[in-house]
Amino acid sequence: MTGAAIALAGPDHRAAFRASTFGDVLRSEWTKLRSVRSTFWALTATVVLGIALGAVISAAAAHGYAKSSVSGKLSWDPTAVSLDGMGIATLAIAVLGVLCVSSEYSSGMIRTSLIAVPKRGRVLAAKSLVLAVVTFVVGEATSFTAFFAGQALISGHAPHAALGDPGVARAVAGAGLALTALAVLSVAAGALLRHPAAAIACMIAVLFVLPGIAQALPDSWRNPVTEFWPTQAGGQLTSVHHSAHTLLPWPGFGVMCLFVAIVYAIAWTLLDRRDA
Amino acid sequence: MIEARNLVKRYGSTMAVSDLSFSIRPGLVTGFLGPNGAGKTTTMRMIVGLDAPTQGSVTVGGRSYRDLPAPMREVGALLDAKALHGGRRARDHLLCLAQSNGIPRSRVDEVLRTVGLEGVARRRAKGFSLGMGQRLGIASALLGDPAVLIFDEPVNGLDPDGIRWVRTLMRALAAEGRTVLVSSHLMSEMALTADHLLVIGKGRLIADTSVDEFVRSSSRQPVHVRSPRAAELAARCRQAGATVRAGTGPDVIEITGMDSAEVGSLAAAHGIALSELIPLRASLEEAFMELTRDSVEYQAAGGTR
Repeated sequence: MTGAAIALAGPDHRAAFRASTFGDVLRSEWTKLRSVRSTFWALTATVVLGIALGAVISAAAAHGYAKSSVSGKLSWDPTAVSLDGMGIATLAIAVLGVLCVSSEYSSGMIRTSLIAVPKRGRVLAAKSLVLAVVTFVVGEATSFTAFFAGQALISGHAPHAALGDPGVARAVAGAGLALTALAVLSVAAGALLRHPAAAIACMIAVLFVLPGIAQALPDSWRNPVTEFWPTQAGGQLTSVHHSAHTLLPWPGFGVMCLFVAIVYAIAWTLLDRRDA
Repeated sequence: MIEARNLVKRYGSTMAVSDLSFSIRPGLVTGFLGPNGAGKTTTMRMIVGLDAPTQGSVTVGGRSYRDLPAPMREVGALLDAKALHGGRRARDHLLCLAQSNGIPRSRVDEVLRTVGLEGVARRRAKGFSLGMGQRLGIASALLGDPAVLIFDEPVNGLDPDGIRWVRTLMRALAAEGRTVLVSSHLMSEMALTADHLLVIGKGRLIADTSVDEFVRSSSRQPVHVRSPRAAELAARCRQAGATVRAGTGPDVIEITGMDSAEVGSLAAAHGIALSELIPLRASLEEAFMELTRDSVEYQAAGGTR
């Protein structure tokens, strides 16, 4: 057998390279995220929905303020109103988060990715971290812009908020933070369900449908849902006015983060165990 | 060096791979043969850690794939040319793979040039033909300049020119001392490309042998002869105990039971000029059919007991 002799003449590969690091995987995931069109469109949708829709809602609510009831005036939360568009923008981020994992499954790219990085947890962690940072930056920029635009439209028609008012800065920054938590949840949902349509449907159910159904239920059912449903609880971070049967902002966000952590842990475990 | 020890993969009740042991040596092109569903792809998926073996183990350079510190630097794999995001440009696809293993950016352009895709580097992969996709897959396997290369059906969808290019590439990689494992169901292609064969059927190892030995072990190995005096030569060969069949023309015969050297010297001894004398390497296909048929029969008999 001459194979061994030939092998010695070949390139010595072992000495020449360093081990792949988490930083390498982060760079790789950043390239992946920026090199597909869906990222650009989803982020554009986030910004446009967050700012434009927020502006429309702010203008409409401000004009309706004068005619609203006493209880309506008591619970008037100009900060939350200006951030209402962010609630719809979550949909764009949910789609982006789901797609950045599940599109790898639908295209088959995941096999190439996991051959390149067989330590699978690293792929999921890097994906989530990259998307979380991008979402945080875009989310904060959007929510602050939406806030200032909204207040400008509200002022003159209804009481408006300033960033220095108690709880306002927390609520505005919180909108970006809640969006970031949602991005991570979507990545986990994408990894868990693997099919883009299934994962997006699931995210819509968690975000909009189930809380909506709860509204039709009797109080004894509805109140715990509004209080503890993760996305509802997390949303408390974005309001200044505290209504009944809701958690306080930070405990609410804590519930959301706990939920994200649980789903993430399941996704992580399954990713590691399942055949890709 | 790829080593499998008692590799077993079961999907539910189906046994995809059962008790497979082999070692694939450097410096050779090893052809991985087997009918569809024999377990070739499953075995390759286990080598690169996509599937976990039900039992047994497989290592690359003595380590399990998942434990390799920089996998792409040690193993280059092309399992499925379509396993990429179609919306990503070819160059970005390779770049994200290179980055994940700390491979410098310059290497991306290098492999694009190697596979002849530098002209379409900025095009999105979904517009690629099957052949271009294969080239892109081969480029990603070459990125890390690895000592071990694994290709699942690399010539799928390639034109004759592309097929020849892949063949030359495989041979060159092996000549540099790398370990090259190539699966295919194109026997004629394997006969030209591979030095060594690993044949499996129904998830079991049927043969682990050199190509020459494999073909020689086959009962039928015809020699193709074209000669103006074909009829006379046919008679002489029959006298020597060989079987002769008429070929594609009046001056063509196919001789079984003698090798080309024997036919050549017989013709020379009688002053018969030969215009073609070709040992039919395509009989690898027949050798393969024979062997895999045996394995199927063995399996069926085993199952009824």
